[in-house]
Amino acid sequence: MAYNSIVCIKQVPDTAKITADAMTAEGTVNRAALPAIFNPEDLYALEAALGVKERFGGTVTVLSMGPPKAASILRDSLYRGADRAILITDRRAAGSDTLATGYILAKAIETIGSYDMIFCGRQAIDGDTAQVGPQCAEKLGIPQVTYLEEFLNGEADRVRLRRNHGNGWEVVESTLPVLITVVSTPDAVRPWAARRVMKYKKARIPAEVISPEELESLKAKGLLLEQWTMEDIHADFDRCGLAGSPTKVYRIQSVVLTKEGFSKVEPTEDGINGMIHELITDRTLG
Amino acid sequence: MTKPNRQGEVWVFAEQQDGQLHDVSLELCGRARLLANQLGVTMGVILPGNNVESLASTLIAHGADNVYVVDCPRLAQFTTLPYARAVCALIDKYHPQIVIYGATPLGRDLAPRVASEMRSGMTADCTDLQIENVIDPKTKTEHENLLLQIRPAFGGNIIATIVNYDQWPQMATVREGVMPLLPADANRTGRVIRENVEISEALMAVRVLERHVEQRKVNLKASRIIVAGGGGIGSRENFELIYELAGVLGGVVGASRAAVDSGFIGKEHQIGQTGTTVRPALYVAVGISGAIQHRAGMEESAKIIAVNTDPEAPIFSIAHYGIVGDYADVLPKMIKAIRTRNL
Ligand SMILES: Cc1cc2nc3c(=O)[nH]c(=O)nc-3n(C[C@H](O)[C@H](O)[C@H](O)COP(=O)(O)OP(=O)(O)OC[C@H]3O[C@@H](n4cnc5c(N)ncnc54)[C@H](O)[C@@H]3O)c2cc1C
Repeated sequence: MAYNSIVCIKQVPDTAKITADAMTAEGTVNRAALPAIFNPEDLYALEAALGVKERFGGTVTVLSMGPPKAASILRDSLYRGADRAILITDRRAAGSDTLATGYILAKAIETIGSYDMIFCGRQAIDGDTAQVGPQCAEKLGIPQVTYLEEFLNGEADRVRLRRNHGNGWEVVESTLPVLITVVSTPDAVRPWAARRVMKYKKARIPAEVISPEELESLKAKGLLLEQWTMEDIHADFDRCGLAGSPTKVYRIQSVVLTKEGFSKVEPTEDGINGMIHELITDRTLG
Repeated sequence: MTKPNRQGEVWVFAEQQDGQLHDVSLELCGRARLLANQLGVTMGVILPGNNVESLASTLIAHGADNVYVVDCPRLAQFTTLPYARAVCALIDKYHPQIVIYGATPLGRDLAPRVASEMRSGMTADCTDLQIENVIDPKTKTEHENLLLQIRPAFGGNIIATIVNYDQWPQMATVREGVMPLLPADANRTGRVIRENVEISEALMAVRVLERHVEQRKVNLKASRIIVAGGGGIGSRENFELIYELAGVLGGVVGASRAAVDSGFIGKEHQIGQTGTTVRPALYVAVGISGAIQHRAGMEESAKIIAVNTDPEAPIFSIAHYGIVGDYADVLPKMIKAIRTRNL
């Protein structure tokens, strides 16, 4: 039996590369100053879906929401083996919190139509919320299995999964369809396939195309990637973007490392004895 | 989605597994008690499970006025849908103004599902909660006594304060170990309220077939003193010195992810964003650079000593005592200094 999978992916700023230059005077992050990457755990989600396709057959569709430049992770997914790639890009989606994002993704998934499994990375490195997957599952009215480590087996109407529950692991069985969030895969994420890179490196979403001629030629070659708006997915505007987001960012502070009460201790017996003495005096020790 | 109910209680979701309460739930009771006092309302705990009513007394001793017990065989093992049903049913019935959950793997699976069903806000992995009057910068409306949900974001590089003006309840998951565990008061009294929630067969879509729990060999969270080694220690053998210092101090051994990934020590010792969050009286960081993901798990320590050969290592910026030097030279001196004082 073959499964149709949808993988939700996100392009994120590489938060590990953050420096003072990437912070604005107001303490917010200038995302443009950081390299944009494929969210690491979403790559595991993609790998898990491609592994399922390899074993059981079926299709893998990647779905992302973001600005037009996020088309680069659609191409990346096609290089690794995805069959179809869709980007939801619409200004009215900007400012969406996790609830609104879960809603928009669910509307897009309903628009795609038939699916057996939705795979998401556990969380994105720019927000670290891990909420979008479960919220999308709720909007679709399907069960969720979080923190997948291994896809064990599948039958016509159910799948068997090994998930990490924080203090170890458990094997669960879920009915289909199901939304699965992924933390790791038994095998390394597959690299780009040279043949697929050759084929898809010219693939574009309409927003990246300059002339109508180019658009026609891409379409003819099957290299025009899908770009969807709120209308295409029949989303209710009140539930998207800032309007659809109950949580509001009230204040942002950049992390200032505190230096208060710092003493430099010489690496000598005297220096160390002095420190131990202080720690005993203030009752930290003893 | 419900309108603000300013008479609503402050609630904690009590996480238990096989009848054992999770520490974080008791930590949250302490903070919820304070928030409820500040708001002048009562504090409630929701306790779904199977044969869990006996846990109510502990929750009351930690500050609960009301414990709502949903006891049902279908809640014997945690799966998302039945638990979400139980929580949503109680929120619908009582309209609490605040609901907080531990930011454990279980809490972070359940809470967003509940928020989505309620169409209310949810802030993940908070490190602090406060009550404050807030003026909406857009509409200039003043909102009295909102819950400030404070959390690191962007890989820990910024601290964001999140509020929820009108799609209540105000909900958040809170990181383990960041709220102090307040002492229990066995003389406190509270009510235990049994709730019936229908958990239909359709909600049993996910079944647990096999469950494996790894024994935690080290209790990092309960330790007053932690000596942690990092990538700079170089080998499993060299870690003996870390154990020796921990031993003379009466503490336990922690580690950075670099030390764990290099195989110097087991994963259960890892401190940080993807390990355990600790707030001991004394934290000794040896050969640890102090990456933001490591600091996230230890910067609340009362006293921090850093030993590092690199004077520029970020760990020094949060340390109270900084020793620039080779651990192989510094640690024996520390061990000697403590031994001679016979702590
Ligand atoms: C999503 C994510 C989650 C993460 N979660 C965690 C986490 O939970 N916990 C965690 O710790 N990390 C975590 N990390 C990794 C983190 O970013 C760092 O890579 C890690 O903390 C580095 O460990 P370290 O400082 O021990 O090692 P290194 O970076 O290798 O630093 C070694 C330090 O030892 C010093 N040193 C070398 N020799 C000596 C000597 N002889 N004497 C004294 N000092 C010496 C060096 O100057 C250096 O500062 C995470 C990363 C990511 C991306």
